[in-house]
Amino acid sequence: MLKVAVVRFPGSNCDMDSLRAVERAGAAAVMVWHRDTTLQGADAVILPGGFSYGDYLRSGAIARFSPIMQAVQRHAADGGPVLGICNGFQILCEAHLLPGALMRNAGLTFVSKPVDVIVERTDTVFTSAYERGARLRLPVAHGDGRFVAADDTLRMLEAEGRVVLRYEPSSESSPYQPNPNGSANHIAGIANATGTVVGIMPHPERVADALLGAPDGLGFFTSLAAWQPRDTPHKVPSR
Amino acid sequence: MSFRVHVRVMPRGGLLDPQGQAVEHALSALGFAEAAGVRVGRAIELEVAAGSRPEAEARVRQMCDKLLANPVTEDYLLEVEEA
Repeated sequence: MLKVAVVRFPGSNCDMDSLRAVERAGAAAVMVWHRDTTLQGADAVILPGGFSYGDYLRSGAIARFSPIMQAVQRHAADGGPVLGICNGFQILCEAHLLPGALMRNAGLTFVSKPVDVIVERTDTVFTSAYERGARLRLPVAHGDGRFVAADDTLRMLEAEGRVVLRYEPSSESSPYQPNPNGSANHIAGIANATGTVVGIMPHPERVADALLGAPDGLGFFTSLAAWQPRDTPHKVPSR
Repeated sequence: MSFRVHVRVMPRGGLLDPQGQAVEHALSALGFAEAAGVRVGRAIELEVAAGSRPEAEARVRQMCDKLLANPVTEDYLLEVEEA
């Protein structure tokens, strides 16, 4: 059974939701502490949402230097899957595992509400269970969610199809305000070139249970649970 | 020797600075319509032990590149004085 490590930083608050979503999808999950130095042999890592280190300096800037992040860097370099959700996405950008940065929302306010996003890339470890073009209604809850990158980086992300989720423009069937934070190109989530490292602002773990409404987010975790470690070449067991 | 270093971290020019805009609107509402181009950044002060002023500056530049500023979105300025 696939084993997933959920990293708990001081200030994480979506760690238990993420752990339970992984288990619901049929994989095993363990919590690892930010001061740990190994991933306990996990096949994949989730950096959950929250406010690690109080968001001091910049969101994710200090978490990035946690002892556990060295293990996460090695894991990612070996082709291991990493999903960063919200604060986790911010940490991945600060750690340069994903390009760009997440800045203060254009409207300055903390935004907590459902948004509609389109799944644009399905050949990642975390989105293979979705149809390309699928529309998901996922909650966002962030103050620093405005994706920013240099023009050439944005062009590269678009040209290589590395936008995983994009906020959908509002329409009659999708009344929620599009682009809740002013993100460049309406980007809600991106992947690395190989689709093993994914960062997203919306919270799929909060809608991964039918008890809480349409479980639009469960696919991120069933995608991961169905992933076969041998699918990724050059994976070296370094832990 | 000990040096006191003032680091000014500013959002890169050209990037949307919603905090600067909000402050500018507030100034305008208070009757300071002449205020324009407001930008909001961050100031950091620290003391550094180093053999010389250039050495202190070089070390703080490393700190900025690694942690104090985000190279994707921010620029920084240093001011070094003997403490």
